[in-house]
Amino acid sequence: MANTINKHPAGSRSKLPGLVKSLMGAAAFASMALTAPASLAEVNTTDLAVTEDTVKVGILHSVTGTMAISETGSVQAEKLAIEQINAMGGVLGRKIEYVQEDGASDWPTFAEKSRKLLLNDKVAAVFGCWTSASRKAVLPVFEQYNGMLYYPTFYEGLEQSPNVIYTGQEATQQILAGIDWVVKEKKAKTFYLLGSDYIWPRTSNKIARKHIEKLGLKVVGEDYYPLGHTQFNSIINKFKLKKPDVIFASVVGGSNVAFYKQLKAAGIDMTKEKPLVLTISVTEDEILGIGGENIDGAYASMKYFQSLTNDNNQAFVKAFKERWGDDIVIGDVTQAAYLGPWLWKAAVEAAGSFDVDKVRAASPGIELTTAPEGYVKVHPNHHLWSKTRIGNAKTDGQYEIVYETPELIEPDPFPAGYQ
Amino acid sequence: MFADYSTSELMSIFAMQGFAGLILFSVFVLMALGLAIIFGQMGVINMAHGEFMILGAYVTYLTSNVFSEYMPSMFGSYFFIAMILAFIAAGALGMFVEWALIRHLYKRPLDTLLATWGLSLILQQIYRSVFGAREVGVTLPDWLMGSFQLSEIVEVPINGIFVMTLAIGISLAVAALMYKSRWGIQVRSVVQNRPMAGAVGINTSKVDRLTFGLGCGIAGVAGSAFTMIGSTGPTSGQLYIVDTFLVVVFGGAASLLGTIASAFTISQAQSTMEFFLSGSMAKVLTLLFVVVILMLRPQGLFSLKVRR
Amino acid sequence: MSYAGFKTLFPKSDLIGFAVLAFILVVVLPLGVDIFRLNLIGKYLTYAFVAVGLVLCWGSGGILSLGQGVFFGVGGYAMAMFLKLEASSPENTAIQSTPGIPDFMDWNQITELPWFWQPFHSLTFTVLAIIIVPSIFAYIIGVAMFKRRVGGVYFAIITQAVAAIMTILVIGQQGYTGGVNGITDLRTLHGWDIRTDEAKYVFYFLCVFLLFVCLAVAQFVRKSKLGRLLVAMREMEDRVRFSGYDVSNFKIFVFCLGSAFAAIGGAMFTLQVGFMSPTLVGIVPSIEMVIFCAVGGRLSILGAVYGALVVNWAKTTLSESFPELWLFAMGALFIAVVMAFPNGLAGLYSKYCEPFIKKKYNSIRANRKGDVVAKGATHEQQ
Repeated sequence: MANTINKHPAGSRSKLPGLVKSLMGAAAFASMALTAPASLAEVNTTDLAVTEDTVKVGILHSVTGTMAISETGSVQAEKLAIEQINAMGGVLGRKIEYVQEDGASDWPTFAEKSRKLLLNDKVAAVFGCWTSASRKAVLPVFEQYNGMLYYPTFYEGLEQSPNVIYTGQEATQQILAGIDWVVKEKKAKTFYLLGSDYIWPRTSNKIARKHIEKLGLKVVGEDYYPLGHTQFNSIINKFKLKKPDVIFASVVGGSNVAFYKQLKAAGIDMTKEKPLVLTISVTEDEILGIGGENIDGAYASMKYFQSLTNDNNQAFVKAFKERWGDDIVIGDVTQAAYLGPWLWKAAVEAAGSFDVDKVRAASPGIELTTAPEGYVKVHPNHHLWSKTRIGNAKTDGQYEIVYETPELIEPDPFPAGYQ
Repeated sequence: MFADYSTSELMSIFAMQGFAGLILFSVFVLMALGLAIIFGQMGVINMAHGEFMILGAYVTYLTSNVFSEYMPSMFGSYFFIAMILAFIAAGALGMFVEWALIRHLYKRPLDTLLATWGLSLILQQIYRSVFGAREVGVTLPDWLMGSFQLSEIVEVPINGIFVMTLAIGISLAVAALMYKSRWGIQVRSVVQNRPMAGAVGINTSKVDRLTFGLGCGIAGVAGSAFTMIGSTGPTSGQLYIVDTFLVVVFGGAASLLGTIASAFTISQAQSTMEFFLSGSMAKVLTLLFVVVILMLRPQGLFSLKVRR
Repeated sequence: MSYAGFKTLFPKSDLIGFAVLAFILVVVLPLGVDIFRLNLIGKYLTYAFVAVGLVLCWGSGGILSLGQGVFFGVGGYAMAMFLKLEASSPENTAIQSTPGIPDFMDWNQITELPWFWQPFHSLTFTVLAIIIVPSIFAYIIGVAMFKRRVGGVYFAIITQAVAAIMTILVIGQQGYTGGVNGITDLRTLHGWDIRTDEAKYVFYFLCVFLLFVCLAVAQFVRKSKLGRLLVAMREMEDRVRFSGYDVSNFKIFVFCLGSAFAAIGGAMFTLQVGFMSPTLVGIVPSIEMVIFCAVGGRLSILGAVYGALVVNWAKTTLSESFPELWLFAMGALFIAVVMAFPNGLAGLYSKYCEPFIKKKYNSIRANRKGDVVAKGATHEQQ
């Protein structure tokens, strides 16, 4: 893929390298320059909901039910991205209109709504889903009706669908760098793995365990609690007995709040060197519920923190706050959700068409230089190349970034040797 | 699994684990007392019990905000005021709900289940519209956050002791109210024979309203206390509902002492098993244990000597 | 069946109700809506199975189960296990470290198909299991509870706990059950693609057919002596007992029957939606199923079907147009049903519509008596 699409919030479209303009790229460029949309027949051969001046996309998240807590940020990010794209003139000269559906934290509802979006609304792309279960539920629908899903959450991997672009990290990208860092910088020797009881923590811990054992270090315990569990005193006692150097936590949802509050109350001070808490599940969003003073000192390993200082991120945070209020915080998944519409726009313009097959063909190699997290690029396996950062939680609910991998990490959803 | 540890370490851990069980016990008692009054004494299945608890939690959240905004010097003591406000708010809502819904349904106990389930959906959505879908973080006064260090390993969280004291205090207050006060006698007589209680001049509808309000108020206080250990979000209340009902039923619905005994049994079973097994298996085994015992002894641990 | 027997089983008013429902489900809806909506309606109808079972248990017998999701889930999982095994042929799963087993087992380092999955290679076994396993399960619960005269509120709460246990177990044992994701990506049934529009039509009509079979069984139970005993037990259990009947056996039977209906519904759910997950097993869906029944009218098996259709249709429509308001609407609906119309839609119908229709009907009948007799004869031939 030779096409390089740069996007700039200011709206300047002049940086397409002249040499690499493919025919399609040229068409897209021309259409932008003249603000005369390419003809309908050209950009939409598969009967999608595209008119002379609009294109329909879907947003599919839970705004009710237990998952609404987590998914709200993603909806806000996707709407913001769509509004910004529209303010720049839209995609192939067409304004984006979104149809928002509520998955209601219920997987059959997700499947039903995705079918509605693809069959009735004929949307060109869907931005949505959060939990693995919801993605697994809609996946057969997207594959059957050939839709395109942009999925924002960091997840367990073990999947690579032609109909999904995974804008969050898969497990190895997120975990390996984190463990390497605590081993190298904090001289950690023993680990305790703790998670909520479902596939993502279990798979993540499996990868973590393999990696820890490969390094010749020791896992001293592994435990799972049901989703929504709120009593963690027993596990805290186990920490005190086993004295691990690192507590590797992938607890999610309401359990998170209970876990960190009780950890702090039990006298485990995370600002001290040992035991050190390394989490892969607590973004700034979750800290809002946990309370910064309760998680002060914990480390998190993920690709994005709100406190990133690059220009892209500062512009993004400013725009986000202007749109959704000053006291809002932005977590890893919110940022990944924000990438969805932009990656789709870039792919559509590279393809010169809204047709899902062409967008898919154009997707590998799509780059965003203006992503808040920095530069990202779509891998042929539909995941993103990205850096992983280690953040240290502070009382104000933000992470201080203490480490960043020097290179982009290649996504590897089926990691050999970790299964 | 214990071979690597010294005896003193083991002793400390067992002490800690026993303490963890006691905290869980207090949590169960707080959750279940309100319901024991409503369900045990009045026979109303209040599926919105969890939402009343979360109301208390949100009241605490608001109070903490008001204090940190206007009276930062008093922040250390806001928690007590918050608990009183939580009691009043949840109790008032409870009395309103009794007046609007429950009083029409005393003859149809299973229907209270449906109506209060509808109520819980509405309350959840109200919380979501007012406070947002995200969980809110309740800032606690510093003195509630630390722990007493008794030995190198044994550390006792202060909020655990606080929850325990609260549980004991409320249990004693409820017991005194139910068994020593004039009002308690009225409640019990209404429960046992409504027409007769009415005939001797007890205002049964007023007693009902106050009883329901008291149960909901205690739920509010429990919710307020749980901001120390759990999460506060629109749907957090649902996390508690099954445990709560099981504690009450297991104890024998009409007996407050039974509720406390059952909270003790269940919490000790769960916390012991959690230590030896994975957390989710421990939960399953605890629930199974309770269900099996209930099948063998359906009237619960303690029961009035009457049979349906 | 003799004409007289048929007539007792289906009195004229019931017969008209059945005919109207059949007309709506078989003719009006398939012609009136596209396949996407029809598939949704098929999904709603799977809940109607549960609701019909609940009319028998709760409306007639006074036994409120808050654990019907468990039986729905058992049926659904049984069907899903069969379909998943077919979808996990060694060719389809060649990229796994152990080809030939379901993908989620491979992710959980399971290298061999567990023993309880083995029989689900056979469709016959699966179909039998869908009916028998939940019945046995319900029988065990029923014996333990009803023989000890546990009923009412206690029964409701214990069944709720069973639902909670099942959910945690299914989620926790993800290597064997697919965990929180459920069993997804089901493709073919004996090589026939179940995801096509054609298959969806077939399943819809199969679902309607099975629903009518269940409705007929339910009608039979209600009109038989058993049905009258159930009502008697609901109203005054001790008197029935003193009359010499073993009350618990009747309760156990009707509870088993309700659970078998729920399981059939679950199996049809899997076929039409294409997956099964623990979100359909737990406490919330179980209570929702009770609510379908309550809205439709807890005393009317036909009402239960309309209740399932109306509530789910409202849920889908409201959440499409006002995602933030539908909980308010649902909550208000439940309260309204309980407070104002305890007998649900069916109660409204029999209170307001039926007298009106009867009046009309009688005036027509007075005019053309001969026609009606001829109509009766046609029914007998069916």
